[in-house]
Amino acid sequence: METVFTPWQSLSGGVLIGVASILLMATLGRIMGATGILSGLLSPSSTSDFGWRAAVLLGMVSGPVAVMVVTGQMPVIQVPTPTTMLAVGGFLVGIGVTFGSGCTSGHGVCGMARLSARSFAATITFMLTTGITVYVVRHVLGG
Amino acid sequence: MRLIVSYISGLIFGIGISISGMANPAKVLNFFDVAGTWDPSLIFVMGGALMVTFVGYRFVLHRPAPTFEETFKLPASNELDLPLIGGSAVFGIGWGIAGFCPGGALPALGTGRSEVIIFTIALVSGIFAAKGLQRLSATKAASV
Repeated sequence: METVFTPWQSLSGGVLIGVASILLMATLGRIMGATGILSGLLSPSSTSDFGWRAAVLLGMVSGPVAVMVVTGQMPVIQVPTPTTMLAVGGFLVGIGVTFGSGCTSGHGVCGMARLSARSFAATITFMLTTGITVYVVRHVLGG
Repeated sequence: MRLIVSYISGLIFGIGISISGMANPAKVLNFFDVAGTWDPSLIFVMGGALMVTFVGYRFVLHRPAPTFEETFKLPASNELDLPLIGGSAVFGIGWGIAGFCPGGALPALGTGRSEVIIFTIALVSGIFAAKGLQRLSATKAASV
C-alpha cells in the first residue's frame, strides 16, 4: 500500500510530540511514554497516580477528535494488517515494551533526549527488529 | 491543576501523533520498507520530536523540581541488560507485524476504529502476561 511522503506534516506532528513531552516533564516530572503511562494505569500505585495517567490517556484519545473538529476529517488510518496479525503483533508489543521498559515515545523520544544509554540501546534494537520483520513479512513470506 | 496539565499534555501528544502519521500503520510500515514502498516521513516525526525534546529538557531538567511535584521521576538504571534488549527486540517484531506502536495506537483509539481497539486489547493482554511472567520470576528468585 503506497503512502504519500508528508515531511512538513510529519515534522509539525513531531514538534507537537516534543512540546507535550516537555510540558509533562516540566509540570509533573514525568516521561511522556505511552508504555509507561498505560502500564501504570493498569496497575496504579495510588488514586492520584491513577488520576494523572487517566487524564493523559483521555487527552491522547481526544487528539484525533480535535483534529477532526479543526480540519473536518479524522486522521487517515490505513491498516494493511490482517486482524489475526494485529492481535499477534499487539500481544508481542505488550510483552516487549514491558520487559524493555518503553517504546517509541518513552525510549525513542524522551529517553534519547536525555541521552540515556538504555534508551539508545533499546531504540536501535527495536528499529532494527522492526525493519527486519517488515522485510521478512513483505519480501520473504510474500506481499 | 495536575489533571488539567496532564490532559493538555496528552491532547498535544495526541494531535501530534494524529497529524504526524504515526497512528497510520500503512505509513509506519512503509517507513521501514526501504526495499519496497518506502515513505521516509517518519524520520521527520522522530527527528522533530527528538530535537524539540532534547532542547526543552535542557531547560526543564535544569530546574530543581517540576511545578507540581517534588522530584523528577527519571529511570535510575544505566544497565544494558537482557530484558531491555530482548524486550525491545520483541517489541520491534510486534511493531513490524502490526504496524501500530503504543504511542500511535492510544491516540488512534479516538477514531473508534475497530483495528485500533483489537490491537489495544492485544497490547494490554501482552502487558499483563509480561507482568505475570515478571512476578513469577521474581517469586522464583526469592525462593531460591
